[in-house]
Amino acid sequence: MSAFWSRFRQNRGAVIGLVILAIVIICAIAAPFLFPRSPWSMVQRPFLPPFEMEGLPLGTDALGRDVLSGLFHGARVSLLVGLVSTVVALAIGIPIGALAGYYGGLVDDALMRFTEFFQTIPSFALAIVLLAIFQPTLAYVILAIAIVSWPPVARLVRGEVLSLRNREFVEAATLSGQSNLRIILRQVLPNALPPIIVLASLMVATAILLESSLSFLGLGDPNVMSWGYMIGAARTVLRTAWWLSFIPGVAILLTVLSLNLIGEGLNDALNPRLRKRTS
Amino acid sequence: MLGFIAARLVKAVFILLAILVLNFVLIHAAPGDPAAVMAGEAGAADEKFLQDLRERFGLDQPFTVQLWNYMKGAIQLDLGYSYRQQMPVAELIWDRLPATLLLTATAFVISIVIGVAAGVLAAQTQGTWWDTLISSLALLFYATPLFWVALMASLLFSVWLGWLPGFGYQTIGANYTGIDRVLDIGKHLILPATTLGLFFTAIYMRMTRASMLEVSRLDFVKTARAKGLRNSVIQRRHVLRNALLPVITLAGLQAGQIVGGAVLTETVFAWPGIGRLMFEAISQRDYNVILGVFFISAAMVLLFNLITDILYGIVDPRIRLTK
Repeated sequence: MSAFWSRFRQNRGAVIGLVILAIVIICAIAAPFLFPRSPWSMVQRPFLPPFEMEGLPLGTDALGRDVLSGLFHGARVSLLVGLVSTVVALAIGIPIGALAGYYGGLVDDALMRFTEFFQTIPSFALAIVLLAIFQPTLAYVILAIAIVSWPPVARLVRGEVLSLRNREFVEAATLSGQSNLRIILRQVLPNALPPIIVLASLMVATAILLESSLSFLGLGDPNVMSWGYMIGAARTVLRTAWWLSFIPGVAILLTVLSLNLIGEGLNDALNPRLRKRTS
Repeated sequence: MLGFIAARLVKAVFILLAILVLNFVLIHAAPGDPAAVMAGEAGAADEKFLQDLRERFGLDQPFTVQLWNYMKGAIQLDLGYSYRQQMPVAELIWDRLPATLLLTATAFVISIVIGVAAGVLAAQTQGTWWDTLISSLALLFYATPLFWVALMASLLFSVWLGWLPGFGYQTIGANYTGIDRVLDIGKHLILPATTLGLFFTAIYMRMTRASMLEVSRLDFVKTARAKGLRNSVIQRRHVLRNALLPVITLAGLQAGQIVGGAVLTETVFAWPGIGRLMFEAISQRDYNVILGVFFISAAMVLLFNLITDILYGIVDPRIRLTK
């Protein structure tokens, strides 16, 4: 663990990413304490510019809602959707990839054709279709994002399992009479973990981008304040109040950037061989 | 080579059929009885009228028969009827498709050309500030929400600087003809195409850079150097040509995302393509149009994939032998 940390720390970008992400997480946790009022409630006159009134450092939006409060509450939604949808996508992708890689043959063929199908259909368009048909509640938003983001997991896990299944320690486990399920769970998957962790960190970033895009189009949960919604609502007043679109966008950009940086740091720290090769 | 193309074609057809089945299932998962929705549009919802509608559109038939009729219709490009727009969906899409094809193809070309050129430059200047600049930009573009950068670009270049139009496909009421019209459309195209391609530009930058550096270490490059070839020749003929292979694979996979991203770009820039059509259909809950656009964009992606597969087969003969 300390070796991992010292390698992770060597990547300056990753450390910066970690700091930014920590700030976003703190904002998300602090939101209900710092802004106990609903971010939807009107607090002042509409279109109050930033830095003009004490207590409202980022001003108000077209309906007089506190922009800073929206930003803090939006952090909760972004992180929640990013994290949970990634966990769900892993829960779909890991079993499919592991079964395909471990059993090979027909099972592999069938599962990989299935995966390929999902990889071919334009993912963003599928997410739109799913949310337009089912009600856009937070749960469905998470599910829709998970449904369009699991295929890369399945492919990665399949590749890892394929390369691990003929190694001696797996043969030893087979000879000692362990069941297939136990071998997959206890022997193969733990060894495939490092690349999965790296991919997962990047998937959280992509999920946050997806969620904001869907909310921007009006396909987010209408009851939760999110960064994408804030930009979508401010779009019509872009000429007169550009900061209302600008500010939440910066929040998305920084959060996604921090996760990408962390992903790269994890990649360097978990695959020391790769690091030597590419730098 | 012909066998290779045929195999890919068969696969594409199967995926297309699977998408149709998925589409059909989704239509039936949509909330509400389609007949009730139609009757609502017509403003008359008595039971007799509902029954007439069900019979007329075959909604009273068994599921499998409906599926068969739907597939038969879709193959003939009958994608249903938009009751909101009072027009067949296929016609709506057909009108808007050229604009989307122009936008996505331009974005695709821009992202590959800029991305590969910048990636090559970064790889050749590895460790200098050029490399740092390009790599940082790639990291930044990669994290930028597409719809936001589109908004900011239209604000900066159209509203504030007034350099480029930020709205629509051509100047309304100008009635340009010939070369003037082409230039006018070209001007309108710059902002949407560049912003749509930005994310992919970032991907190609990083990919090309990494791939160039990786290939540079291979033995055949050492051989070429030992042979006394000039560096520019080595880079062009040996390194770049091999480094581009993974970039081509990636380009095929990204095609789908460009088509999906068009919904956002077209919405922001009021570009009259199928993406904007989809956005309008979302707010009106016009399911036939949403699913029709989904089907056509999936078909477009399949076509792009097929083209890149064949290109790959031509560039790298090993692929034809192994698959």
